[in-house]
Amino acid sequence: MTTLETDAHEEHHHPFLQHHFEDLQQQHEASTLGMWVFVAQEILFFGGLFLAYAVYRAMFPEAWSAGAEHQDWMIGAANTAVLIGSSLTMALAVWAAQMNRRMLTVWMLVATLVLGSVFVGVKGFEYYEHVHHGLFPGTHFTYVHEADPALTPGVQLFMTFYFAMTGLHALHMVVGAGLLIWFIWRAWRGHFGPEYYGPVEIMGLYWHFVDIVWIFLFPLLYLIH
Amino acid sequence: MQTHQHDEQQAHAPAHHVASLAMYFGVFIALMVLTMATVAVSRIDLGALNTPLALVIAIVKAVLVILFFMHVIQSSRLTWVVVVSAFAWLAVMFLLTFADYLTRGWPV
Repeated sequence: MTTLETDAHEEHHHPFLQHHFEDLQQQHEASTLGMWVFVAQEILFFGGLFLAYAVYRAMFPEAWSAGAEHQDWMIGAANTAVLIGSSLTMALAVWAAQMNRRMLTVWMLVATLVLGSVFVGVKGFEYYEHVHHGLFPGTHFTYVHEADPALTPGVQLFMTFYFAMTGLHALHMVVGAGLLIWFIWRAWRGHFGPEYYGPVEIMGLYWHFVDIVWIFLFPLLYLIH
Repeated sequence: MQTHQHDEQQAHAPAHHVASLAMYFGVFIALMVLTMATVAVSRIDLGALNTPLALVIAIVKAVLVILFFMHVIQSSRLTWVVVVSAFAWLAVMFLLTFADYLTRGWPV
């Protein structure tokens, strides 16, 4: 039994129950709902980029196909599998907290962090390759589309969307990794259990949302004909 | 008296919606199979159907994640309202924007 649980029994008040809530049930409902409002905002935040992508793809379909030729679909598919795997371990971390299995919670969060880091590392390698091939938009864009040089500006536009969308996604991954480190520490300290697993659940909502963004980015950026 | 208070505290603990491990692994396998399906479908030239099909698969994957990994299937009705409204506003944004771009008198 952890010290936190002992305190709870002595004071009849859970140490993580905030004073403005009636009980843990109400606190859990409120925090989950609040996180969903944030996720709703994130859906529309990324939605703006997806909308702009769709409008410009409708304008320049050939350039989009030419740009997607420079994406390695095998790396993209492998990274998709890594990210789905990290969503599984994140969901299992919530399950472990609900089952009061402290070390399993810690290890599932560590696995999520490791898989997330692998994803960002692979993304970094892909960025390095694109920059190396002169595909980074702006003054460093030295690429010329050989078959039809007229498509070159369109390819640059595609790569602008590629870097903006995957970059914003990767930024969310890095923020998530930072949060995971904090959560691993909290889980290790024994903060979470069947009565109080809300924060792990909310961490999961964020992580799964970022996974969903990638589920759409993968076919839209790697698998265009 | 103290014991009674303790029982009350227990009664107010979050309701346990503990999902089964089989469900989590089942959803994971479904997501992996759908990822392979979206790659396989993209290797076949279906003309104008390639992108809609890729989007349908992505939507199915997203719904699986939202319902089961994000536990919306066992969430309160208020949570459902927030989730559905987010996608409703997203649809409004897409529909109104394309209602403009696709109906202009000059090629977009």
